[in-house]
Amino acid sequence: MSDSEHVLQHHFDDLKQQHEASTLGMWAFLITEVLFFGGLFAGYAQYRIRYPGAYAAASHHLDITLGAINTAVLIASSLTMALAVRGAQTGRRKATAGLLMSTVALGLVFLGIKAVEYSHKFHEHLVPGPSFSFDGPRESQLFFSFYFAMTGMHALHMIIGVVLVTIIAWFAWRGRYSPEYFSPVEVTGLYWHFVDIVWIFLFPMLYLIGRH
Amino acid sequence: MSEHVLPKSIYYGIFAALLVLTAVTVLVAFLDLGPLNVVVAITIAVIKATLVILYFMHVRYSSRLTWVFVAAGFFWFLILIAFLLGDILSRGWLPVRGWA
Repeated sequence: MSDSEHVLQHHFDDLKQQHEASTLGMWAFLITEVLFFGGLFAGYAQYRIRYPGAYAAASHHLDITLGAINTAVLIASSLTMALAVRGAQTGRRKATAGLLMSTVALGLVFLGIKAVEYSHKFHEHLVPGPSFSFDGPRESQLFFSFYFAMTGMHALHMIIGVVLVTIIAWFAWRGRYSPEYFSPVEVTGLYWHFVDIVWIFLFPMLYLIGRH
Repeated sequence: MSEHVLPKSIYYGIFAALLVLTAVTVLVAFLDLGPLNVVVAITIAVIKATLVILYFMHVRYSSRLTWVFVAAGFFWFLILIAFLLGDILSRGWLPVRGWA
């Protein structure tokens, strides 16, 4: 097993311990991410309670169809990511690389749709700032500030994720991973799924207010 | 080392459940449930997130230490939200000068 000796770092007893440490380290990072997005969620909640009418009026200017499509796209990308990890676990090199690139493709579709939505908002003068103009409650600008802050930070995480998964796909294609050693695929998967979870909350919070 | 290779059917099942729940949350948003709309939306989102965490992120099959990490992280987030809502929602219950 010269292969496993090659990937085992000297400060771990065995690959199982090393894998455990990698997973735990990623979760420690993701917890800081929970609290990072948590701050945005808390700010959003406070102003939503204070100005429910303004939030509902502003939310009606978001495209519910594009939002729902993007939710489905992101869930599908999580599926391909989960299957990619499984491919690495079972030592299927080409399938793993292919599934990882499918994940990247779906991530890019998400970002493309998001870009279309953003450009609509610019044309409709719904971007907070000097050119903001909205026929409704003044506080609606707060909603759009949170909309751009939250979806913007989420999109930034997506862009980082797309780069990471592309790199991992390349390594997978080159045969760097095996059923004994696939921690980088698993850990990148954890990150990707986390970004999916953030969107799972953003979608109802931003798009589905006061639709009845 | 390759512990717990889940059958593909689990991943497809979770995927289908997530899509169905997405459809449900969109449909429910168009019904007038009063204050319950928010509760339903957040509950569905929590269920979806839990499915992703337990199965896609393999936490259900991970070590107890991973469980503790994940639970602690979300517990801290809940503290943030609970104290915030406890403050905001209770304003106005008692007449305090300077509080609108």
